[in-house]
Amino acid sequence: MKKYISDLRLVSTEELSSDYFLLKFTRNEPLPDMLPGQFVEVKVDNSPTTFLRRPISVNYVDKGTNELWLLIHAIGDGTRVLSALPVGSVVNMVYPLGNSFTMPEKASERLLLVGGGVGTAPMLYLGAQLYSQGFHPTFLLGARSASGILQLDHFERFGEVFCTTEDGSMGEKGFVTQHSVLASKPAFSRIYSCGPKPMMMAIASYARKNNISCEVSLENTMACGVGACLCCVEDTQKGHVCVCTEGPVFNINQLKWPI
Amino acid sequence: MTASGTFGYGPEFSDFIDVARLGAVIVKGTTLHHREGNPYPRMAETPSGMLNAVGLQNKGVDYFAEQIYPSIKGLNDNIIVNVSGSQIEDYVATAEKVAHLDGVTAIELNISCPNVKQGGMAFGVTACGAAEVTKAVRKVYPKTLIVKLSPNVTSISDIAKAVEAEGADSVSLINTLLGMAIDAERRKPVLSTVTGGLSGPAVKPVALRMVWQVAQAVRIPVIGLGGIMDWKDAVEFLLAGATAVQIGTANFVDPAVTIKIIDGINEYLDRNNFSSVQEIIGALEV
Repeated sequence: MKKYISDLRLVSTEELSSDYFLLKFTRNEPLPDMLPGQFVEVKVDNSPTTFLRRPISVNYVDKGTNELWLLIHAIGDGTRVLSALPVGSVVNMVYPLGNSFTMPEKASERLLLVGGGVGTAPMLYLGAQLYSQGFHPTFLLGARSASGILQLDHFERFGEVFCTTEDGSMGEKGFVTQHSVLASKPAFSRIYSCGPKPMMMAIASYARKNNISCEVSLENTMACGVGACLCCVEDTQKGHVCVCTEGPVFNINQLKWPI
Repeated sequence: MTASGTFGYGPEFSDFIDVARLGAVIVKGTTLHHREGNPYPRMAETPSGMLNAVGLQNKGVDYFAEQIYPSIKGLNDNIIVNVSGSQIEDYVATAEKVAHLDGVTAIELNISCPNVKQGGMAFGVTACGAAEVTKAVRKVYPKTLIVKLSPNVTSISDIAKAVEAEGADSVSLINTLLGMAIDAERRKPVLSTVTGGLSGPAVKPVALRMVWQVAQAVRIPVIGLGGIMDWKDAVEFLLAGATAVQIGTANFVDPAVTIKIIDGINEYLDRNNFSSVQEIIGALEV
């Protein structure tokens, strides 16, 4: 896929929850096609401690309004600067980068999309794409508490949504791997996941035990985003590969995770 | 030129720029045998720069010659291979193989990589070691031989003079500065290798000083690099005595930066009524 470098204009910023922001960007020309699982490298200006671009997952692409949505967890200097940008700000981005989630083979497949924290971001766009292709995905979203469950209304447009929270303030109490939907019949045939590594490893372990195809999206620390610096490598069955070009999406069978 | 290890093999950037317009593309550090490099994490962002500890991950010179080179031949008129190793025989064997590739106009001998356990920088930190490896490679490599110098030394001019005496056609400097990052909360080093190489604008003043010193000390052309982010940085290196410059870490921040720098240098020359870039090389008024 051709990659672009261009300025995008910030249309709106919405604080979804404490430290979680939804930023919508546009540009004059129509945005290029982007695939679920891909990411953009965002340049952060006016932040002396932020030298490198920030890799951010595509949360959603609204073709109708020509908007790119990015979900940001403002935990570092770079993401805090991005979350505080005034509407109308011009932000330079390199996009779309990385591979994408594998679309299901059969219409009858039962699909589970598991997201945790800001890792739910790519699950929305994946769910939207699956829905538009006639699939009925099931979403399982996990967070520490209810305030961490983001974009629930958007997820509900594309499939059935279940939640877990560690404090029980929304959905079932506990972790995503303990949710009762995992035991529902017929069994899921495919799981997609993005979130904290311990969560993805637990999901991967569940998928392997139950012989379910499973893809996870990694977020290794990255510099260039285009496969030049070799900083973001993951140790795989093929050796060290760049998460930015060979990933960020990997089938769990490609990884050397101890699951 | 693009600095080794910051531009892949070139095609990674062809969506963003016309790679043919660059003075040269210096490809990723190449060794005799396949190297997996160091474990993740390999990178730490630092104030105005970054540390890396990639450890020369590459598939070896044979894979480069057979699989990569045919696909990048013609991408740029000057493809330069950065050659690294852990013992002299490896450097020699790799250089011999690269010498057979018509489209490769030069090699850059990497005696300054701080991220490999044996060799690499070990050769580059003494005048004797640098001379020894240069001499051995000079015997088997008839085309342009550039030696990339380490800044992690007491007197970089002495090293430059030593490799000049053994027949190097040019020196490039600086490679990364040995550094370290610590995660205070976890009380652990950020990099898997504990230490790594610092690059980016943080190192520019050190690089400028070293380029200035080496340009005074040798007659062969000096290629300047280290933290160049824009045309103005590049002009500063030329004024300090560099005949050419390499752009490294800046490629990670802006994949189109190299072309902007070329255009910026040209505009600077026009604005100041210089008819050629030659007129500003070493033109610093002290």
